[in-house]
Amino acid sequence: MYIDVDNQKTYIATGSREHVEGNLGMTFIHGTAMDHTVWTLAGRHFARKGLNIHAVDLPGHGRSEGSVIDTIEGMADWVMRSLDATQQEKTIIVGHSMGSLVAFDVAARYPDRISTLVMVGTSIPMPVGEVLLNSAKDDLDVAKEMVNFWSHSKSAHLGGSQVPGTWMIGKLQRLLERSGPGVIYNDLKACQDYTSGIERSKDIDCPTLLILGEDDFMTPVRNSKSLAENIPQSRTVMLPNCGHAIVNEAPNEMLDAIATVV
Amino acid sequence: MAKVKTFEFDTLSNHAGQRPDKDTGSRAVPIYQTASYVFRDSDAGAAMFNIERGGHVYSRISNPTTAVLEERISALEGGVGAVATASGQAAVYNAIATLVDQGGHIVASYALYGGTHNLFEYTLPRFGITTTFVDPNDIEGFKKAIKPETRLIFGETVANPKTEVFNIPEISKIAHDHELPLVIDSTTTTPYLIKPFDLGADIVVHSATKFLSGHGTTMAGLIVDGGTFDWESTDKFPQMTDKYEGFHNLSFTEEFGPAAFISRVRNEAARDFGSCLAPHSAFLVLNGTETLSVRMDKHISNTNQVVEYLDQHDMVDWVSHPNLTNHPNHDLAKELLPKGSTAVFSFGIKGGREIGQVFIDRLDLFSNLANIGDAKSLVIHPASTTHQRMSVEALEEAGISEGLIRLSIGIESVDDLIEDLENGFRAAAKALKKS
Repeated sequence: MYIDVDNQKTYIATGSREHVEGNLGMTFIHGTAMDHTVWTLAGRHFARKGLNIHAVDLPGHGRSEGSVIDTIEGMADWVMRSLDATQQEKTIIVGHSMGSLVAFDVAARYPDRISTLVMVGTSIPMPVGEVLLNSAKDDLDVAKEMVNFWSHSKSAHLGGSQVPGTWMIGKLQRLLERSGPGVIYNDLKACQDYTSGIERSKDIDCPTLLILGEDDFMTPVRNSKSLAENIPQSRTVMLPNCGHAIVNEAPNEMLDAIATVV
Repeated sequence: MAKVKTFEFDTLSNHAGQRPDKDTGSRAVPIYQTASYVFRDSDAGAAMFNIERGGHVYSRISNPTTAVLEERISALEGGVGAVATASGQAAVYNAIATLVDQGGHIVASYALYGGTHNLFEYTLPRFGITTTFVDPNDIEGFKKAIKPETRLIFGETVANPKTEVFNIPEISKIAHDHELPLVIDSTTTTPYLIKPFDLGADIVVHSATKFLSGHGTTMAGLIVDGGTFDWESTDKFPQMTDKYEGFHNLSFTEEFGPAAFISRVRNEAARDFGSCLAPHSAFLVLNGTETLSVRMDKHISNTNQVVEYLDQHDMVDWVSHPNLTNHPNHDLAKELLPKGSTAVFSFGIKGGREIGQVFIDRLDLFSNLANIGDAKSLVIHPASTTHQRMSVEALEEAGISEGLIRLSIGIESVDDLIEDLENGFRAAAKALKKS
């Protein structure tokens, strides 16, 4: 459905069900140059379970109008305004990749509003390779190919989708191709620049779940260790034979893991 | 500039879509000969029915063996996903039925496979869907034929049997300028010879019965979604953009983004029309894909020599193949199909219909039958078989004369093929002399 945030038309997916007043919210935040469609399966699942699904298209992404926001903190503040617009006082917050940093920042700075934090395919810091960042800065097509390539495990490049008949590489590539000029660079740069995260880890006072892919090239598991160690109530689910695009490669395992904290 | 090194065609044609079976280690794709799948528990069953989890519910909608084929062809075409069907004809019908409602209209090349022509000309009008046929070489004709109720443009990469090459880049521009998808039948070319999505097509259909399976053993079809068409750019496709009561008010574009079309095909056409591919058939097509490039190279090299031989033969009136400089699409074929255009083509024999029959009946290696794309060479007389339901006018429009003979060149030794054809021509010449 469309809502108004900062006087701009903003899209949130609700899992094909209307919100019910008083129900707990469940907020999903997508990764670099993506949109709400990466959460379709999980969103539909938890909507059926009675949660008010709030899967955003960040400004300048997917169906949402407006300019992209160039910092993780700015995105986090915007997410809070989108929650205010739908009168959601308390929510579980789930983010993938860049979206996991946004979810983390929301949980650290607005702890009263968050009941559970789930970070999918994550690390803090989240450095971005110079070649990728430069290609993205020049808005080269190869930047989208790089994001797609490194987001998937080696085995996923040969397929084996859990969603029958879906060619994962092709689907993510088309999604990335839909992003507007400058979006990839903006998002990658925001990830790169978010360096205050580890300090804020101690401020996370809700149960936290990290869902990591063992074969993640974008946010390697070794970079997630300090995050897991610094968040007081964190638990990690490691998915074998899975890359960074967990939403694409292992939607069933991701859903099962999230279900343990809902 | 940095480049991304992805798996190449021959690797994908052997591996894409499959991870070796976790339980048994089976290297070959297992044939999951089952109608349905046990749910982990009641809630998981509810989740499967509501598209919350990946997996299989009922083999009419999806099957693990068939899903490997769907992924593999999607990978080879560069699409986002595919749905396999019981035949190529079912693939065409399901793609059309997903996009066109009663009162809708199609603009199609008139150079089509006879079965597709029959569907468009005679059967779809019964359901309120009409078609305007256009000369595939008349690019402006496609533009002129578009009406407010037009919902797609349809063509074959290289038409069967007269080998007209469809100008995908130009006609896709016309389609997109009018907010229409371009649907391309790539049966005769396969993704090895041409990648329609790279040239501007939005949806690709195949009869996998032909070169993809490659051995004349299996009926199968595929619909592949390029994920490129913006269904929300127009109000012409409410079945993509609006809430679908048939699936709890799901909007396919909102929920599935670039995979909206193929998701609708699976959750409506596959579910409701039921033309699913049997898993054993999917297995046979998968075997075919493993040797696709090797076979296609041989099909093409044999064809090149046979075309040259026929073009110089005294008993041949004409040969229609894009290799020849007198073919109207010679340059276009070189541009769009640099590895070779097609192993299915036609020629006219001197003496017309009766002499043609003498020729066909004398052949030993070429089998007289209604199929193309077999590893074995095939021959047929379209006017009396595949295209017999077309009127004389429609036959003329499609360029099919009574003396036209269609060949599908196989992968046998080409010298033996040419010798077989020569035997046929000797018999034909003798009959012509007597007549």
